[in-house]
Amino acid sequence: MTDTALAEHAAGAPQPQPAAFHGPRRAHPIRRALRYIPHAIIAVYVIVAAVGPLLVDYDPLATSVLDRLLSPGSTTSDGSTAWLGTDGVGRDILAQIIMGTRTSMVIAVLTVAVAGAFGVIVGLIAGYVGGWADASIARVIDILVAFPGILLAIVIAGLFRPGILIVVIALSAVGWIGFARVVRGAAMSLRERDWVNAARVMAVPRRSILGRHVLPFVAGPVVAMATLEFALVVLAEAGLSFLGIGLPSTSVSWGQTVAGGKEYLEIAWWISAFPGIALAVLVICVGLVGDQLTARYGGRRT
Amino acid sequence: MIMGTLQMIVRRLGLGVFVMWGCVTLIFVIVRLAPGDQATVALGPDATAAEVEAARERLGLDDPLPLQYLSYIGRVLALDFGDSYRLGQPAMDAVLDRFPSTLQLALAAMAIAVVFGLILGCIAGGRPNGPVDRAMSAVAISLQSFPTFWVGIMLILFFALNLRVLPSAGSGSLSHLVLPAVTLALPQIAIVARLTRSSLAESMQEAYVQTARSKGLTEPQVLVGHALKNSLIPVVTIIGLQTGVLLGGSVVVENVFAWPGLGSLIVDSVSARDYSVVQAAALLIAAVVVVLNLLADLTYARLDPRIRVEATG
Repeated sequence: MTDTALAEHAAGAPQPQPAAFHGPRRAHPIRRALRYIPHAIIAVYVIVAAVGPLLVDYDPLATSVLDRLLSPGSTTSDGSTAWLGTDGVGRDILAQIIMGTRTSMVIAVLTVAVAGAFGVIVGLIAGYVGGWADASIARVIDILVAFPGILLAIVIAGLFRPGILIVVIALSAVGWIGFARVVRGAAMSLRERDWVNAARVMAVPRRSILGRHVLPFVAGPVVAMATLEFALVVLAEAGLSFLGIGLPSTSVSWGQTVAGGKEYLEIAWWISAFPGIALAVLVICVGLVGDQLTARYGGRRT
Repeated sequence: MIMGTLQMIVRRLGLGVFVMWGCVTLIFVIVRLAPGDQATVALGPDATAAEVEAARERLGLDDPLPLQYLSYIGRVLALDFGDSYRLGQPAMDAVLDRFPSTLQLALAAMAIAVVFGLILGCIAGGRPNGPVDRAMSAVAISLQSFPTFWVGIMLILFFALNLRVLPSAGSGSLSHLVLPAVTLALPQIAIVARLTRSSLAESMQEAYVQTARSKGLTEPQVLVGHALKNSLIPVVTIIGLQTGVLLGGSVVVENVFAWPGLGSLIVDSVSARDYSVVQAAALLIAAVVVVLNLLADLTYARLDPRIRVEATG
């Protein structure tokens, strides 16, 4: 029973690709280089998130009637070029995407850190201690997964005061489960290994065994899980912002920009289109890197 | 054998009841922790202190927490979630009014996902690692990486605004159902296709497939007549599990297409802090997911005799 509950992975998660998708084992040098394209694109997103908001001058509250709904590439009233067009109140779409990159990245990194830390601790306890601890954790997971993930996030983020912190908590509420499952499986097999037994025989305290002799060996699967979780969090955060839940209206996020463009869809498709593409490219690249890591570390082994 | 199956059913039912209790408790905790007072929200900003006090008294908000919790459980068992202050009707009635629309959307999406997922999965899995299989993998990744609300909006842009062949929002006819159902189904197509593909690729290695081939059957005959049947077991299970995901996904999709279901009701109620409706809707969805998971488990055991043996042992 426990195994069924834990083995059924969050089914909405991007599944790892078969190894063959990434080419044969001894790949051609060009193919090998191609594998790092996703890494490079992710690096661009990180740089944009870090320095982009310093370079663009964007005020989410400013409106410019003259620059309303300009198409991509047109010149604004102050002489600059709106490469990706402007929205219904004349704000630059490219600037919104850059600001939104930071919002998405910050929330995703924080959520993965919170959910990862919690999930790893819970997974270690479930897998290493076993017995009633394992059984009660499995029951808690059974309860949480009865709510579709996004529903619980909507309820939590919607009923509390808007802010980044509450979004992180809402998304972590179910995000830790994947980590716990992966770590539990690894910890269960590590428990029986010789060096762990040796440590136990030498009366090393349980906390030190977990920290020094078990934890380092779950790092690989956890990193693989973290990338997959990162992609899911970016998608979920955008969904919340699209529904107008979680973030205050003064913040800039991809989901909010897409939602704002919906009423102008017929005359200004670019408002909704570009932020979604920016988001999907990030999610695809993170997913590809995650699949490579999963293939190497077997993060889905439960 | 029969004892084993019965035992398993009883155990699963017990777990289902436990999970529902947990869901009720979790919702109670979230609503209690949320800032803002249900009495104040329900009465609006113009209410006097005395009116708020009377409402608190009536809702039992001044009682000690354990007492509140017990009376809450009692009311949930009677399916009484209180009245929606916004809609002026019992919360459960409001939720049940909207539920058929959501169910219709989810079932349509699941049907689309199963049909297309199976077809694509068979095409890809029949020749694993071929060019078609790899192209299919890339498409599957993309389908799962685009946010559903964005896909929905792009489908509106293309089919409703440019081609003008389908309505962009609302409900009432089959043509209204097409875009939301397809939007909801796209990531699920990828999931079903991937699962069918990997399951089929595994079956193709089995001895009975070799036997079927050596009998001189054509490759499609082997695929459909022998390999596919066993590959379907995990697919059937995932259908049950994914229906819960679909209910969650419909919350977002319904808002894109102004589909009058549970999802748009939940978002409106959360924004209006209409606690009673949020609780009723969340618990109804959880109950549906629990029942579906139970059915998926039982179907799985029925289709695969190996599971039954395990349950007995």
